[in-house]
Amino acid sequence: MTPEALIETKDLGFSYGDRSILKGIDITMSRGKVIAIMGGSGSGKTTLLRLIGGAIRPSSGYVKFAGKIVHEQKRDELFQMRRKMSMLFQFGALFTDLSVFDNVAFQMREHTDLPESMIRDLVLMKLQAVGLRGAHDLMPAELSGGMARRVALARSIALDPVLIMYDEPFTGLDPISLTVIGNLIRRLTDALGMTSIVVTHDVQESLKIVDYVYFIADGVIAAHGTPDEVRGSVAPFVHQFVHGEEDGPVSFHYPAQAYARDLKLEGSFA
Amino acid sequence: MPRRIVIGIRGVGHRVIDSVWRLGYASRFFLLTLLKSGTSFRRFGLIIRELYFTGVLSLVIIVVSGLFVGMVLGLQGYETLQRFGAESAVGTMVALSLVRELGPVVAALLFASRAGSAITAEIGLMKATDQLAAMEMMAVDPIARVVAPRFWAGVISMPLLAAMFSIIGVFGGYMVAVVLIGVDEGSFWSQMQDAVDFRYDIVNGIIKTCVFGVAVTAIAVFEGYDAAPTAEGVSGATTRTVVTSALAILGLDFVLTSVMFRGMS
Repeated sequence: MTPEALIETKDLGFSYGDRSILKGIDITMSRGKVIAIMGGSGSGKTTLLRLIGGAIRPSSGYVKFAGKIVHEQKRDELFQMRRKMSMLFQFGALFTDLSVFDNVAFQMREHTDLPESMIRDLVLMKLQAVGLRGAHDLMPAELSGGMARRVALARSIALDPVLIMYDEPFTGLDPISLTVIGNLIRRLTDALGMTSIVVTHDVQESLKIVDYVYFIADGVIAAHGTPDEVRGSVAPFVHQFVHGEEDGPVSFHYPAQAYARDLKLEGSFA
Repeated sequence: MPRRIVIGIRGVGHRVIDSVWRLGYASRFFLLTLLKSGTSFRRFGLIIRELYFTGVLSLVIIVVSGLFVGMVLGLQGYETLQRFGAESAVGTMVALSLVRELGPVVAALLFASRAGSAITAEIGLMKATDQLAAMEMMAVDPIARVVAPRFWAGVISMPLLAAMFSIIGVFGGYMVAVVLIGVDEGSFWSQMQDAVDFRYDIVNGIIKTCVFGVAVTAIAVFEGYDAAPTAEGVSGATTRTVVTSALAILGLDFVLTSVMFRGMS
């Protein structure tokens, strides 16, 4: 493990019963970078985030966060570790019974003894960073999808984590919100010196902001490289994925028995 | 068909094993909730907030139902007792029925359908929208922060709501028997005062409501936490809360009644 690496996975595997989701994943993520994990739906991207966050235990291998193996930590140690990491869920996962202000203040109130006046200042600063200081009184139900995602982003940087994991941050956003969120991820990562992992299948938006890309297909790392390497790649899988082509190594059809046999036509035309 | 019989027996076995496993899981969850209740009592504001949702917002249904149940008891009691010329005992009948049985049982059934289902749906939806997972990732334990305050709020509000139910019920009985029908007011209250024993009737009634409060709220929080994170999962869990709570209340009521009231007064 290089000294600046924040996360390292070695031979990481995970399976639900007999179904293997991830196998033999080796990734090293440096501090201060934005790293994208790309792959089709159901390729195991979110599972990888859950393994890094310690929400599930690997079937094989390990994830190291800041030099410590995540799944070997006791619950208290894991909670200590999680104070340094943060996760932005697909649709924000804001607490619907709390206002925008209280959502951002949540972790400060739970984990620190800061006086309420200081919490107020900090919350307003975090909301200012995502451009929503004026919305601090609103309830989550009153926010648009893009605004909810930005509030969730403000909440996830509340305690200045060293790592933020974004689970599909671009899903269901209009083009303006998409650019806003993309730029925020980049700017906040640089300004706060964090590491960001962006799980996404939005190729064009993420290639604009990330430093390095890993492609996951069929549970393994199919390709990896910088955005320029990815754009110029002639590897069939990467080419099909980046250009959104229907034909290629990723089949349109779910594996099935022969079509003719399914329709009981076999031998009819013989 | 031997094969069908084997499949049938296997199915029964699976269901039994699943039920036992789920019961064990629920018991473990209940113990965890008790163990992680410290935060709720250190930050009592968390419980107060839930008391409003489970207790205060259930008041209307409890008060209105209590009034009608008391009025019906007054009518039926008078109708039966006057055949024996004992209509002045209608106050006693109304009070004993309410304090011993109807107050705790009906209030608990209403509480399960009003507050229990709401608790299940809320926790279930928090799970379905990743709020509980987000909390876990923020190093905050959802059992301590979400489940325990709701559990204790339910346990505290249930006896208070049942007491309110009985008080309003007695008032309803009074309205019908004394004000409407014209039973003598003095004998209505004095016979009631004479026949209702504080320790034997009222304390036993309170014990019942506490037991029902623990049962209903424990079922509600467990079903919410255990719900499949989908629309069907949450709706199924809400239904299970109401059905299981109702069965638990009636079953526990029989057990408690048979222990508490054996005709020795």
